[in-house]
Amino acid sequence: MVDSLLAALGTLDGLRLAEPGEFTRRAFENGRIDLTEAEGLADLIEAETESQRKAALALAEGGLRKQIEQWQERVLDLSARAERAIDYADEGGPESDPELSSDCAELESELKGWLARPRIEPLKDGVRVVVAGPPNAGKSSLLNAIAGQERAIVTDLPGTTRDHIEVPLSLRGVPIVLTDTAGLRHALDQVEAIGVARSAALIEAADVVVWLGEADAAPAHPRLIKVHSKADLPERAVGPKGSIAVSAVSGQGLTLLLARIAAQATSVLPAEDALALNRRQAGHIEEAAKSLAGAASVTDLVLVAEELRLARSALDRLTGGAGVEDVLDALFSRFCLGK
Amino acid sequence: MFDVLVIGAGHAGCEAAAAAARRGARVGLLTFRPEDAGQMSCNPSIGGVGKGHLVRELDVFDGLMARAADRSAIHRRMLNRSKGPAVWGPRVQADRKLYRTAVGQLLRENRVEIVIAEALSLVIRNGAVVGVETSEGALPCGAVVIATGTFLDARMFIGEQVIEGGRRGERASFALAEQVRQIGLGQGRLKTGTPPRLDARTVDWAGLEEQPSDLGDWAMSALDDGVRLPQLRCAITRTSARTHEIIRANFDRSPLFAGAIEGRGPRYCPSIEDKVKRFADRDGHQIFLEPEGLDDLLVYPNGISTSLPADVQQDFVRSIAGLERVDIVRPGYAVEYEFVDPRRLGGTLEVRDLRGLFLAGQINGTTGYEEAAAQGLAAGLNAAARALDLPEVRFDRRTSYIGVMIDDLTLQGVSEPYRMMTARAEYRLSLRADNATTRLGSAALAANCVSDRRRRQIESHFECRTSAGWADSEEGRADALYEPYVQRQQREWDAVQRDARVWIPTDLDYASIPGLSNEMVERLEAVRPETLDQAARVHGVTPAALSALYVAASRRAAA
Repeated sequence: MVDSLLAALGTLDGLRLAEPGEFTRRAFENGRIDLTEAEGLADLIEAETESQRKAALALAEGGLRKQIEQWQERVLDLSARAERAIDYADEGGPESDPELSSDCAELESELKGWLARPRIEPLKDGVRVVVAGPPNAGKSSLLNAIAGQERAIVTDLPGTTRDHIEVPLSLRGVPIVLTDTAGLRHALDQVEAIGVARSAALIEAADVVVWLGEADAAPAHPRLIKVHSKADLPERAVGPKGSIAVSAVSGQGLTLLLARIAAQATSVLPAEDALALNRRQAGHIEEAAKSLAGAASVTDLVLVAEELRLARSALDRLTGGAGVEDVLDALFSRFCLGK
Repeated sequence: MFDVLVIGAGHAGCEAAAAAARRGARVGLLTFRPEDAGQMSCNPSIGGVGKGHLVRELDVFDGLMARAADRSAIHRRMLNRSKGPAVWGPRVQADRKLYRTAVGQLLRENRVEIVIAEALSLVIRNGAVVGVETSEGALPCGAVVIATGTFLDARMFIGEQVIEGGRRGERASFALAEQVRQIGLGQGRLKTGTPPRLDARTVDWAGLEEQPSDLGDWAMSALDDGVRLPQLRCAITRTSARTHEIIRANFDRSPLFAGAIEGRGPRYCPSIEDKVKRFADRDGHQIFLEPEGLDDLLVYPNGISTSLPADVQQDFVRSIAGLERVDIVRPGYAVEYEFVDPRRLGGTLEVRDLRGLFLAGQINGTTGYEEAAAQGLAAGLNAAARALDLPEVRFDRRTSYIGVMIDDLTLQGVSEPYRMMTARAEYRLSLRADNATTRLGSAALAANCVSDRRRRQIESHFECRTSAGWADSEEGRADALYEPYVQRQQREWDAVQRDARVWIPTDLDYASIPGLSNEMVERLEAVRPETLDQAARVHGVTPAALSALYVAASRRAAA
């Protein structure tokens, strides 16, 4: 929910995630470790499963920091090349740098590759599995059956103000949060309209969707599991192809469904020894990637340099880092300039 | 009695004196030799990328440099013309003598009084400067601008030869250097250099690539004084493998590598021996042959500044195409000089703990005429403010390169001579050479430091901006080109502004702030930032330290 809201807000001009400490100005550490490492430590404290602990450790050990430093170094280099052509046009610098824009594009696609990787949040907060479908499809029964079979870590009971139920579970060692949109069905018309919108937002933000309705009414989602529910009823004994026939009453198909959910959930988790980004980090990297794309597409070298400055400051916000002096250092250590 | 005394008649000193006079101060300009006022002691050019921006900004305040450059220009080039207008850099080569003459005239027009004397010491009473002790007696005054350039305890190096003095054939200021050190302003030594001067008659011009002057009719100043001189050509040549061999074979005779020079030189204006050493794989370095004047036989070979011995200079110069039979009129040399830590200065260039003392130019660790002149303007305007109780004039990073420079100097300090580059300005897209009047016109009028002619020019420029044809003007088109980017920067700026409103008390005891590490206390103590925004830009200051500082400052403000 928070994620989908943030995603929606993030697309609006002028809005972005607040920097950590932007409001409180209580900042991370005193220069001995940087922000990415501090986050790794915080995760370590919260870590509950083995794979969580490993991801947290990898982060804390500065693997990500090294990666970010390498990107910073490369953006600095690109900046230095642009600045060389601008400030030293007359003093041994080249009039232009023909490879600059393709080098910007190359780094952009590398950052994009990282953005496509599994994130740390599913590992930390659990993979969001949303059970959706029309009223009376058997969502709550299914949820109860799953929760009954697997160990529930915490159980949130539906309250009068809740419009959905969240059940955090450890499903074969994979942390998931099972969400039921059940509370929507008895709502009044006006509220129901809001409820439908919310449930659409939940589906959109879901990592895995378990769909209990008609197969052709299923929402579009990259990880969709179609369930033919109430398979214990004689007229529903056989489900359509591609759907798993499940009965919350008899337990039929439940093992297969759980295996499918676990498999899909695992695919959105970072591999045990891989570095993973969190939302804040991904936000900055996405910003940097956007600026690099801009740098690759404009022709005025001044604007290339401006986009690179933005890319630099986006990456710098990840670690708290470089300024103009670093660009100049890069400039003068690599090129012979000046009359 | 003088209101303002300016020590040194270089580019910083002349601008400072004239600026203070334009605000109504009675100004005395102290110099060893009056004929040297406005002397171009290094390359005979004014402007360039970043530097040209500074000159245009100076011009809005009725500074001398742009008009003197126009009156003496013998070669013009708009650098970076193939790139966006934000980084076009107007640059002229000036006839050395005509430039000096023009500066002399402008000083007289500004009613600056020349005082031929050596400044020996400052007269300080109750933590404020009240006069200058000179070789001709004591001169009381309300404020002093020190603009002694490289002359503070200066030494020149030509190979193994060491000469005391700030420039060829001229004296240095030793007495004043001693006092500056006593006041605790001395920071360290820096180094700069100059190439040998060549006899134009012995250059083989025919075989060299020519660089003609621009055809376009642009000028440095927005006020046209109507001077049009004949335009000369420059030529371009390169060092050869043989040149590098000669230089390499004589590394041990260079004071730079033998350890005689301790001061750090600018990385962006390296000596030829530096270039050969650091970039050994390069087979040649470009040299611009620039005539020094219309009736001057000297040529300035831009690109081969050196402190090698005179005989080595002769050898290596003759290994360069077109210079095979060249005669050196004066050998190049390196000069090492004392500078002060500009972090001791406030945004008006006044020494923080010595009221009435302003420093401008190379003494603050900068290099270049334009950088010096721009500081001279700021120091002069504010020295007049101090002496006559007028409002201060502060320059902002967002609206001027002058602001970028002063902010960089007073906050970051220098570790090598500071040169203006457009890369230093984060608001580069807004700070163009073509929109200086738009950016600074109102500030210049408010400072009450311009002539009637300038006032009319500024006012008519503002009128022009509201006219129908504005969108088609060069400046109007550039505005439109950068508009989306400038808007994005506006958001960045808003965050800065928020922090700039948090003033840090000048007497804040950093050591007493809870949660501030010793390292942070030291870094902040050295700079004493005026606002939270400035503190954020102090090198190495962490967000944690900033928040602690923010809390301390807010608590004080609330108390």
